Amino acid sequence: MPLADASSTGWSWNLVADFQQMWSYPFMVNAFRAGAVVAVVAGAVGWFMVLRRQTFAGHTLSVVAFPGAAFATLVGISLSLGYFGFCVAAALALAALRRDGQAGGAGESAATGVVQAFLLACGYLFMALYKGLLEGPQALLFGSFLGITTGQVAVLAVVGVVVLAVLAVIGRPLLFASVDPQVAAGRGVPVRLLSTLFLVLLGAATAEAAQITGALLVFALMVLPAATAQVLTARPGLSLLLTVLIGFAVTWLGLVAAFYWPYPLGFFVTTFAFAGFLAAHAARALQGVRARSGGTLLQAGAA
Amino acid sequence: MTVLAASAWSQPFFHHALLAGTFIALAAGLVGYFLVLRAQVFTGDALSHVAFTGAMAALAGGYDLRVGLFVGCVGAGLLLAGIGRAGRADDVVIGSAFAWILGLGSFFLTLYTTSRSGAMGGAGTSVLFGTIFGLDGGQTLVAVLVAAAISAVMVLIARPLLFATVDEAVAAARGVPVRLLGFGFLALVGACAGEATQAVGSLLLLGLLAAPAGAALRLTVRPFVGLALSAGLAVGEMWAGLAASALIPSLPPSFAIMAAATAAYGATFLFRPTVGSAPRPVAA
Repeated sequence: MPLADASSTGWSWNLVADFQQMWSYPFMVNAFRAGAVVAVVAGAVGWFMVLRRQTFAGHTLSVVAFPGAAFATLVGISLSLGYFGFCVAAALALAALRRDGQAGGAGESAATGVVQAFLLACGYLFMALYKGLLEGPQALLFGSFLGITTGQVAVLAVVGVVVLAVLAVIGRPLLFASVDPQVAAGRGVPVRLLSTLFLVLLGAATAEAAQITGALLVFALMVLPAATAQVLTARPGLSLLLTVLIGFAVTWLGLVAAFYWPYPLGFFVTTFAFAGFLAAHAARALQGVRARSGGTLLQAGAA
Repeated sequence: MTVLAASAWSQPFFHHALLAGTFIALAAGLVGYFLVLRAQVFTGDALSHVAFTGAMAALAGGYDLRVGLFVGCVGAGLLLAGIGRAGRADDVVIGSAFAWILGLGSFFLTLYTTSRSGAMGGAGTSVLFGTIFGLDGGQTLVAVLVAAAISAVMVLIARPLLFATVDEAVAAARGVPVRLLGFGFLALVGACAGEATQAVGSLLLLGLLAAPAGAALRLTVRPFVGLALSAGLAVGEMWAGLAASALIPSLPPSFAIMAAATAAYGATFLFRPTVGSAPRPVAA
């Protein structure tokens, strides 16, 4: 059996055999399950994040996962608790700071930047205080899919279902409030409450995703599929579906690549997602060129 | 404790850190003020991550770390200025680009740590979080010279840049080279990011750029007073942070500097709840 394993560790273009081989390891099964949950939740929340142009807030929440995990390691509580506690607390802090500044203004972005830098510095402090964490920081920042347990997958799934359920309930008014906040406020939609609630959802989703991709790369799973889908189509329902599909595809592709090649998961996931983003932009540019040349042809025909 | 503190004060590494830190903070305060005023903090955030990838790429390729820092940051600054209209890129495009660049950074990190086993295992952490107490004499001299040059250029272009920031259309009509200023400014931000990475690390330099400037913008609406205040606050916070970490050895200097910066920024919320509105940035 070990011999057979050793002879078949390479990638063999026989998809069925490759997946059978990967899924013969329980940790890979868990990684694929967790990846699927994370991709769907991060995609759905990220779609609203990109629509609301809150990428900076999203990035801040995603890096906050690092001090959360470092704190949990330092005081010896469960990692999931650290991730969720810090991300949700940071989301509430951002919502409170947002309240007195105007949305998108200079003051707000400075406040977001300060929150981000300070919490990262706290993460560094926790890490420095916990002397034994020699290899830890890089795993926390860049992610590792090797140690995901079945219990963690269950926690991820439960949180994912809750986040998606809340998102489904507030989806319509949130879409309205995102596209035109003034008109939505005029029509009696509680814009501020929705904004706070959305930041908390964003915090929960990033905390969840950070456990598999690491704090620094969660952001890639949130922003890239959504940005790609919104380039491809302007229809909300379709692009939301497309976002989830793209996120799912790049995560699984990344897991397959990271299993067969000795480079980090985050590198593969971000590279595939960014390639998709560039391809979508290229396709749209090509379409524009074709439409224009078609127009000139028509004009030539008319003349 | 006082014995320890006294010994830290007189060590050459502390003098180097104090000298380099002062100039780095000065440059960061000046650049950061315009960064916040132009609502480009997110660009600064992106550049801070590029700094990590640049440093890791240089280490993996066997070059000096600082070459990677400066080439990466200035190049990315110019690129971000190039893909946006009039030197302002869309947040989503910036986010997408730097998410990938960060992934690339993790790739170079793996490449570096596997090719040079164990020898410099902490390099990734030191780039991410800074090692200001590890600067030697030569590095300090280079850091001081680069930071002084950045500060001088900022002071020189402050007037036209302010005009171009507050009212871009009118400035362009009056013959101010708005686009060139946008490019030049982001190149300066890149240089400053590369510089500050050596002091507080690529993850924390955003605080050095955003916190003093944010505090200055809350305290005064007069632009040149604000610019001076931002630079002064940054230098003061750097000194306070260095002093604190010299007094308490278990406190990492990067954390102490960030804590001082955050405390000063938080204090502006207590003293002056609202000071009218700061000079309005052009809507991004």
